[in-house]
Amino acid sequence: MAQTSSAVFDTLTQQLVPAAGPAVVSHGILVFTLAPAELLPTVRRLRDEFAFDVFLDVTAIDWLGHSPGSPRFEVVHHFYSTQHKVRVRLKTRVPEADPGVDSLVPLYGSAAFMERECHDMYGIAFRGNDDLRPILLYEGFVGHPLRKDYPKQQEQPLVPYRS
Amino acid sequence: MTAPAKTIPIQRAEPSRAFEFISTKKDELIGWARKFSLFPYPFVTACCAMEFMAVSSTPYDTDRFGAALPRFSPRQSDLLMVVGTVTHKQAPILLKVYEQMCEPKWVMAFGVCATSGGFYQNYAALPGIDKIVPVDVYIPGCPPRPEMVIDGIMQLQDKIARSSHPIITKSF
Repeated sequence: MAQTSSAVFDTLTQQLVPAAGPAVVSHGILVFTLAPAELLPTVRRLRDEFAFDVFLDVTAIDWLGHSPGSPRFEVVHHFYSTQHKVRVRLKTRVPEADPGVDSLVPLYGSAAFMERECHDMYGIAFRGNDDLRPILLYEGFVGHPLRKDYPKQQEQPLVPYRS
Repeated sequence: MTAPAKTIPIQRAEPSRAFEFISTKKDELIGWARKFSLFPYPFVTACCAMEFMAVSSTPYDTDRFGAALPRFSPRQSDLLMVVGTVTHKQAPILLKVYEQMCEPKWVMAFGVCATSGGFYQNYAALPGIDKIVPVDVYIPGCPPRPEMVIDGIMQLQDKIARSSHPIITKSF
């Protein structure tokens, strides 16, 4: 019989804390908050030792002005295990001056496009992803539109407007 | 024994003298012909497509207005129906399609996104296709009712019927 999700969570918490930082359960997802340097080792252990075989998503949160004292961006990864049927979320804070984390492309091929999107929208640099060309935006777009300091209605049209 | 079937006698038709010729204005005649032969090119990008399908299918039957046969080449069409949100990334494609259409050509902005960008007032969406191509008829609504689309087609037909249709222009 498969382990219950709480048993899996207990095992993960025992095995990964403290290297992966503190862990809490939120909406049925086990959440780790870890340092950028711990991201790649932790993901490798999740994949190889705990059968987290699906990379679900990577996105970011811009905490501009909402968390003084801590780094501005929070990069959020989600993983799913088809064996245990549980999800894990990893949160990593990166500063505005160097908004970069290690790319997960060596571990999950599907990370390539999702990291491109995250780079489009938030300007997170994924070290190790060689192809961070725009995927939803277009060549020549200046800035990152989902950052909180991007002006809400600033357009960058490709076709000159009719006067 | 049955009676032989009666045949209808063939008679030579008298040549009619009625309607041998009519007199009209060139613009009225060409406008009348053009307004009932609109070949739409559906430039369909978003959820308004569902409403476009409803309009062009049997219950609403735009064929009554001669505007039901979509041409999937811009070179064969004369009504560009822009159905749905157009993003800045897509604007060059829309402009290229418009420029490939032969004269005479008309443009319909179908739905609020094509008309003004709708609620997409942000970095991604073009705030109305009239920023890049001239628009003849705007249909508001999110999405518009089929009746509104039919009303738009009829208004466009009125516009075509009323406008001037030069046969020889400066460039030709």
